[in-house]
Amino acid sequence: MSILAIQNLYVSFLENTVVKNVSMDIEEKKVTAIMGPSGCGKTTVLRSVNRMHELSAHASVTGKVLLRGEDLYALDAILVRRRIGMVFQRPNPFPTMSIYDNVVAGYLLNGLRLGKPELDNLVEESLSSAALWDEVKDSLRRRGAFLSGGQQQRLCIARALAMRPEILLLDEPTSALDPKATASIEELLVQLKKTVTILLVTHNIAQASRVSDFTAFMYLGELVEFGASAKMFTAPQDKRTEEYLTGKFG
Amino acid sequence: MTFTEAAKTLLWRQSLDKVFFGVICFFSFLSVLPLVLILGYLLVKGVSALNWQFFCRVPQPLGEIGGGIANALLGSLILLAVAFLLAVPLGLLVGIYLAENKKNWLADCARLSVEILQSVPSIVIGLVVYTWLVLPLKTFSALAGGAALALMMLPVSVRSTEETLRLIPLELKEAALALGVPYYRTILRVIVPSGLSGIVTGVLLSLARVAGETAPLLFTAFGNPFLSLALFRPIESLPHLIFYYATSPYAEWHRLAWGASFVLVVGVLFLNLTAKFLTRRWRVRF
Ligand SMILES: Nc1ncnc2c1ncn2[C@@H]1O[C@H](COP(=O)(O)OP(=O)(O)OP(=O)(O)O)[C@@H](O)[C@H]1O
Ligand SMILES: [Mg+2]
Repeated sequence: MSILAIQNLYVSFLENTVVKNVSMDIEEKKVTAIMGPSGCGKTTVLRSVNRMHELSAHASVTGKVLLRGEDLYALDAILVRRRIGMVFQRPNPFPTMSIYDNVVAGYLLNGLRLGKPELDNLVEESLSSAALWDEVKDSLRRRGAFLSGGQQQRLCIARALAMRPEILLLDEPTSALDPKATASIEELLVQLKKTVTILLVTHNIAQASRVSDFTAFMYLGELVEFGASAKMFTAPQDKRTEEYLTGKFG
Repeated sequence: MTFTEAAKTLLWRQSLDKVFFGVICFFSFLSVLPLVLILGYLLVKGVSALNWQFFCRVPQPLGEIGGGIANALLGSLILLAVAFLLAVPLGLLVGIYLAENKKNWLADCARLSVEILQSVPSIVIGLVVYTWLVLPLKTFSALAGGAALALMMLPVSVRSTEETLRLIPLELKEAALALGVPYYRTILRVIVPSGLSGIVTGVLLSLARVAGETAPLLFTAFGNPFLSLALFRPIESLPHLIFYYATSPYAEWHRLAWGASFVLVVGVLFLNLTAKFLTRRWRVRF
């Protein structure tokens, strides 16, 4: 069974419907990429999975999102967000916190008490998973905001991983990064899928083909095509997908 | 236009530039002058009054030499503390609400009232607190004085909180919420700490602002020639003492008034400079 099922999802902002009838099943411990031209609703789909739309008063979501068969929107939003981690397009470490505190911010801010050794372990484990441990292990007490952009993004990934989420949502995690940092994050995603399900939004076709097992192509709010990446990148079914892949638009 | 004509107009423009630059420099210098003169004058007149007696003793009965302003010094501190405790928590909460809710009728109302409150003359605020607190309690009191100052501080602390928090990127709030942190904890543990330097600066500046207010204290705190710590008794304050002594006919009291003025200005300067320092020191990079 798939871990996450999106069924007939519609999202609108005021009168403007930006996601129309999107349905997809996300496989556990795989990387699923969502791609499509700018403004087609990729971020909007992603944010309906961890219920971030509830923060803006004029967004309305209809349809179902099931997490292991349970209706996400019937659960407590706070618990949903602890089970489904998110990494944003722009790195956003907490500027007042040290690197160490940033990693375990989910625990500190939620008032979940852990012992010092446990925290230490969690920090090392998460930073290692995010391929950042070696770079920062000697400066864990420095502020996270002093890191480079790529390091900050990996710090944000570590912060999400520390919560041990079942699903990790990544919204164009490499769009602000240089090729080297991008490569290290892509490598990381391939490692991470051993333990966590990844839903990745990307602009970058090459990236989707490199790291994803499944790919969804969206266009103007609709899901045009969804299937195994190997298949989609070699033999797209829909004309629009083919045009997008060959760079005719987007 | 010939080449020499062009060169001439260029020369003319360059000299105009210099004149203009000279003029703005001159007036910038003029704007510094009042502060320098005030400080200099206070230094000359005030410093001679300062000694340990001045800080540790209360005013002596008429005709006796010596005495100090301990009552006013302590009184001002108590008044400011009361104002701080009344205004800052409230200002913080309202500021958070306004930063979080840009457009709804309550926010619009609150924003407008705060703006108007800021322009209510201080003497009127004093009068209002007089009818609200002094008449029912049947006594002038430190509490009433502090409340009047708090009303004057409130708009500043609301607005500085709102403006500081508005500058904090939305991504930061989303980062916390995406970790499953409840809304109130996100605000109190992520958003407010990120804006702390701005908020503290605003509070210090508003303290500096009301520390020298006299009008609202005239019929609230009133004044008291004795050392008093009681909240429900009249209390002396630096600006009131200055007003009272400076308008008296006695040279000895004039001396005290100058000394007190000096102390007040140094205190206010100190608050201002601390605020500046903190903004720089605690500024958070996003
Ligand atoms: N909070 C919001 N309020 C109003 N409209 C919004 C909001 N968020 C997104 N939209 C609109 O929804 C549409 C889809 O936006 P979305 O961010 O999902 O696109 P995207 O596919 O992620 O684009 P990009 O690749 O540029 O990030 C856009 O037209 C945008 O204007
Ligand atoms: Mg997007």
